[in-house]
Amino acid sequence: MNDLAMHFKHLRRVFVWELPVRVYHWINALAIVVLCVTGFIIGNPPGIMFGGEAHESYWFGTVRFLHFASAYIFLFNFLFRLYWGFVGNKYANWKNFIPTNRRFFKEMWEVLKIDILQIKSGEHLSVGHNALAGFIYFLTFIAFAVQCITGFGLYAAMSHSLIARMFVWVSPFLGGDFALRRWHHAAMWFFILFAMVHVYLVFYHDYVEGRGEISSMGGGWKFIEEEVFEEQNSKTSA
Amino acid sequence: MAQITTIGRKTYYDDIIEKGYSRRDFMKFCAMMAAYLGLESSGVAQVAQALQTQHRVPVIWLHFQECTCCSESFIRSSHPIVADILLDKLSLDYTETLMAASGHQAEVAKAKTMKDYYGEYILCVEGTVPTDNNGVYCCIGGRTAEDILKEAAAGAKALIAWGSCACNGCVQAAYPNPTSATPIHKIITDKPIIRVPGCPPIGEVMAGVLVHIITFGTLPELDGAKRPKAFYSKRVHDTCQRRAFYDAGLFVETFDDENAKKGYCLYKVGCKGPMTYNACSVTRWNNGVSYPIQSGHGCIGCSEDNYWDAGPLYRRMQTFPGFGIESNADEIGIGAAVLTAGGLAAHAIATNIRKNKLIEDLITEGKESEKELKK
Repeated sequence: MNDLAMHFKHLRRVFVWELPVRVYHWINALAIVVLCVTGFIIGNPPGIMFGGEAHESYWFGTVRFLHFASAYIFLFNFLFRLYWGFVGNKYANWKNFIPTNRRFFKEMWEVLKIDILQIKSGEHLSVGHNALAGFIYFLTFIAFAVQCITGFGLYAAMSHSLIARMFVWVSPFLGGDFALRRWHHAAMWFFILFAMVHVYLVFYHDYVEGRGEISSMGGGWKFIEEEVFEEQNSKTSA
Repeated sequence: MAQITTIGRKTYYDDIIEKGYSRRDFMKFCAMMAAYLGLESSGVAQVAQALQTQHRVPVIWLHFQECTCCSESFIRSSHPIVADILLDKLSLDYTETLMAASGHQAEVAKAKTMKDYYGEYILCVEGTVPTDNNGVYCCIGGRTAEDILKEAAAGAKALIAWGSCACNGCVQAAYPNPTSATPIHKIITDKPIIRVPGCPPIGEVMAGVLVHIITFGTLPELDGAKRPKAFYSKRVHDTCQRRAFYDAGLFVETFDDENAKKGYCLYKVGCKGPMTYNACSVTRWNNGVSYPIQSGHGCIGCSEDNYWDAGPLYRRMQTFPGFGIESNADEIGIGAAVLTAGGLAAHAIATNIRKNKLIEDLITEGKESEKELKK
């Protein structure tokens, strides 16, 4: 019994994701799902053989409305997250996403070796985002921006609202709505591929590390071993 | 109303009356033009005043790589005064297609206009300018199109790029663009340019742009793509007569189905109306008789940049550069998703092998805790 008790690790609770970050995450996830589904329908609507008149139905208009409404939510949610990157805790800070020093690149390489290629055994320990994940999120932020700019660029022709008007320059700048629609549609696939990998990796980390990776986006907690806690503290103070 | 007539430089009104039109015809023409330009009703008087007092604006109209459909469209604009006056005798000092003079005479007339009205004339350009192999693919009178264009542009007050060729290269600039066909604004960068795209542009739109310049002495208000806002600020889709079917989600699936008979929306059979900025669904064609969508054919987006290379005309998809003909974003995306799913599955298997120790430890630890709790 004694040797087993020795083996047990004492876990220490760390508050990683603040409430605004968690709310942002789930609004973002929901908006992306709605935007992808409605976007697909707008791009290739199902064929309906219907005997009635046009005034009896408005379903396509409703789908488009959902797409535009979700887009507004997505845009402001995104802007909020950018803001939170400057005022949030250290795990939400923008420095987690943009490589600014050599250590960042070194860690990215470590994560690649241990978690992705698995050519190095053991586990990579990070409390917030690991460097590779952070950098991938930085790329998704660029994709968010591309999607907002091309989407609202297309929407600008249909709206007189102030926000939509701010995007009238996009269509002439990128060579017309043909090009805009093409890039808007293609960028959607980045979101779909990202979501697949993202969900998989969350399960992977939870499974291999057992530190509450999945539930962290619910309550905000992650758990690290006491010795890791000490080790990290000694590393930063050194 | 003051009527200034200078010997040798007549006003538009003089020409119109001389041509045998009544003042009533003239006023009707002014009213029509004011309406097309989107002016308020007092604007009719402004147009009439301008045409009675302004000297004719000299126009040089150059033709390069093109099919002349812009000229054809222009002379078919719905009011006869457009063809008779704006074009026939009064403004066009040089246009290969329609002028009486030819050969040396024609070149002399052009040179004279360029000299006499330096800095005043409007230079209209129809067609693209090939730049490959020093521009040998389009030579007129022994000179290359580029050379002719640069010379004529030097003394022009402003340029009008008629049609998609001059605006964006149209079919000549489509892949692989063997002659390096180049739109006007990429060659002349130091002059104001109005782009009037379309293949061809609507005749009334062309007349409207010219009448605006005559009436106000300024260029019409332009959008970000240098197109006159009066005609290109709305999409064909925005005022389409089939728009109600679009919002209701009622689409033609094939050109011979029941939905096509009912006049449903042509979106799924490739209509590019939702991406195309033009006045077709307002002004229509052939004296307002119809336009493609009304006639049962989707818009092909002829006034948009790069429409030839943007994908098939009869399907709602766009080809992707670098991925072969007719591959679209969804096909590429599904391929990438399948690859990704395969990669993830492989990674999951590898994880269970390579990280076996870590996983086993967690399981052992967890099971021990469970047992202890039971006690």
